[in-house]
Amino acid sequence: MGSKHQSVETLIKSDYKYGFVTDIDSDTLPPGLSESIIQQISAKKNEPAWMLEWRLKAYQRWLSMEDPEWAHIQHPEIDFQAISYYSAPRQKSATAKSLDEIDPELLATYTKLGIPLEEQMVLAGVAVDAVFDSVSVATTFRKELAAAGVIFCSISDAIQDYPELIQKYLGSVVPYSDNFFACLNAAVFTDGTFVYIPKGVRCPMELSTYFRINEANTGQFERTLIVADEGSYVSYLEGCTAPMRDENQLHAAVVELVALKDARIKYSTIQNWYPGNEEGKGGIYNFVTKRGACRGDRSHISWTQVETGSAITWKYPSCILHGDDSVGEFYSVAVTRGKQQADTGTKMLHLGRNTKSTIVSKGISAGHGQNTYRGLVRMAQRAENARNHSQCDSLLIGDQCGAHTFPYIEVRNPTARVEHEATTSKISEDQLFYCKQRGISEEDAVSMIVNGFCKEVFKELPMEFAVEAQKLLGVTLEGAVG
Amino acid sequence: MLSIKNLNVMVENKLILKDFNLSVAAGEVHAIMGPNGSGKSTLAHVLAGKEGYEVISGEINYCGENLLALSTEQRAQKGVFLAMQYPVELPGVNNMMFIRESLNAISRARGEEEYDAVRFMKLIREKAAAVELDNKLLKRNVNSGFSGGEKKRNEILQMAILQPQLCILDETDSGLDIDALRVVAKGVNDLRNKDRAMIVVTHYQRLLNYIEPDYVHVMIDGRIAASGDKNLALELEEKGYNWLIEETAA
Repeated sequence: MGSKHQSVETLIKSDYKYGFVTDIDSDTLPPGLSESIIQQISAKKNEPAWMLEWRLKAYQRWLSMEDPEWAHIQHPEIDFQAISYYSAPRQKSATAKSLDEIDPELLATYTKLGIPLEEQMVLAGVAVDAVFDSVSVATTFRKELAAAGVIFCSISDAIQDYPELIQKYLGSVVPYSDNFFACLNAAVFTDGTFVYIPKGVRCPMELSTYFRINEANTGQFERTLIVADEGSYVSYLEGCTAPMRDENQLHAAVVELVALKDARIKYSTIQNWYPGNEEGKGGIYNFVTKRGACRGDRSHISWTQVETGSAITWKYPSCILHGDDSVGEFYSVAVTRGKQQADTGTKMLHLGRNTKSTIVSKGISAGHGQNTYRGLVRMAQRAENARNHSQCDSLLIGDQCGAHTFPYIEVRNPTARVEHEATTSKISEDQLFYCKQRGISEEDAVSMIVNGFCKEVFKELPMEFAVEAQKLLGVTLEGAVG
Repeated sequence: MLSIKNLNVMVENKLILKDFNLSVAAGEVHAIMGPNGSGKSTLAHVLAGKEGYEVISGEINYCGENLLALSTEQRAQKGVFLAMQYPVELPGVNNMMFIRESLNAISRARGEEEYDAVRFMKLIREKAAAVELDNKLLKRNVNSGFSGGEKKRNEILQMAILQPQLCILDETDSGLDIDALRVVAKGVNDLRNKDRAMIVVTHYQRLLNYIEPDYVHVMIDGRIAASGDKNLALELEEKGYNWLIEETAA
């Protein structure tokens, strides 16, 4: 029955609210990738020689690598020579450090995105690093955090100001040669966030980075490094948006987390890059490598992600559980609608004894969306009594979409235990009728069912963001129901 | 309150309701009986506005309005309630939250004050006790893992909370044991008053021992073949439907 399908279909169409472009004068390198481009990026950032060497080594390695093809996604070949690898809004002064020196257009952009950078206006207790195209334009609350000994700054600043920490930890979790996109990132990364929490410190506020792509034909290649020293705790959140454009844009980020003995890192992502239009034109290609190392005993890393944007999402936030009794967690909600494709999941590598991991993945597919969960749980020989529990649930809205699950399990220790559960369900016309018969609109009904489905993941988000995530999911799945 | 005139309805290209007529006034309870496939559930679904039913001709007037011009949720907001034959499960959606959402959606549409948590808790505890629904079922997801009887009681609970104008019960008695039937009937009888009308669709006379109707109609092949009072139901119990089917065919 045609009319039935339409009613579901209108639900999953909605407008992307963050699709505007900021008209700002920018300093952009011409498209193309070469040693000379990398030297120019490094020079613009006034980097030390060791940094440039690392980049060039990565570039040489990248030239010998192939674009991976194993993921359940389809896209035209990416022309890496057509992308500009550096674009920065022109600042009044090259070293704008206080908000007064930042272009008002930029401040207005972030306010429009709901992330005001003026400290008196921001969410209480959340410090923000704002990354615009290739550079960090502002970092709030730096002084307050410094008083607690916490370093929270752009990675460019960190390379200048804390070279020993950077040299010790950069690339220590995701080596420059790790994979095609991580390698490209190592060669050309332009900015990102650096966080260091000293021994025994509980970070006094939530930290967050807000990524914004603005310039056309550029890629965003940011690198985030978070180091939690012994016994420390930090909760970190990233958010991302981009203008609506007909061309695809590449976002290839690397995130590295290091948790030392008894440290805990909670990393949350709300990803809302432009997904492209209903026909699949435009949108961000989001190829991201995220990995955390639980280096010390009893360390704990937890990834929570809400992925609603991007034309293509390719990311597997992972945990390497070195330390005995260390814990890795992955909570994910991935939504695909229109022609979006997501291939996402996690890797839990159990090396230490009594290590524990939990995976909760919720995939929602609507329209022609394709949603894939891909995960690896590996119990190494030494991983006595290691435990994993995985739960992968898929929810289908309409009958044109797809959900796929690829769990890989490798167990080399007989005392280790791995559990995997998976379900697939569908929002049925009967469920919608039931809700509507009780006076609830179709939009509210879908949002209620979807939020119920995602409940387990949302409760892992910091409170302010859990509300945001619910709203975002509402906006993503609801549409102009007439 | 409700007036259905010459209603013709098709489902998947098959004519199910044929020149169907029915008038229901406030305060009345009408029982609709009939064999399987006679169109009883179709009538209930068309009144509630379920998709997949094509109204070819005819009209339905509800409280002075053209019911067919209203969306499903508008009908609900204006007081049409359908207790479903097969209440669906809503995984992940908390029962109590769902009922509150429903009550408040209807209150909002009527420009009435929404129920805050305290006021709502008081209301739902009182009504749940009346239909003997275990409080722990309120905390579960909507109908998830409920027994057949619990699902039906959950329907009556919602009806008691929403206080609709027109209650339609679609084979609410099917699959109920005698205790559940008694509880459901009590829930319905508690709601009977001079302003509220009820249409009770049932296959068996049994339910009518508990809910005494003002009128009994027998549907055969998409139209009402006979109407009467509760004695008609007793007659059917004795003689079955066949004599009416033969009469209709003749």
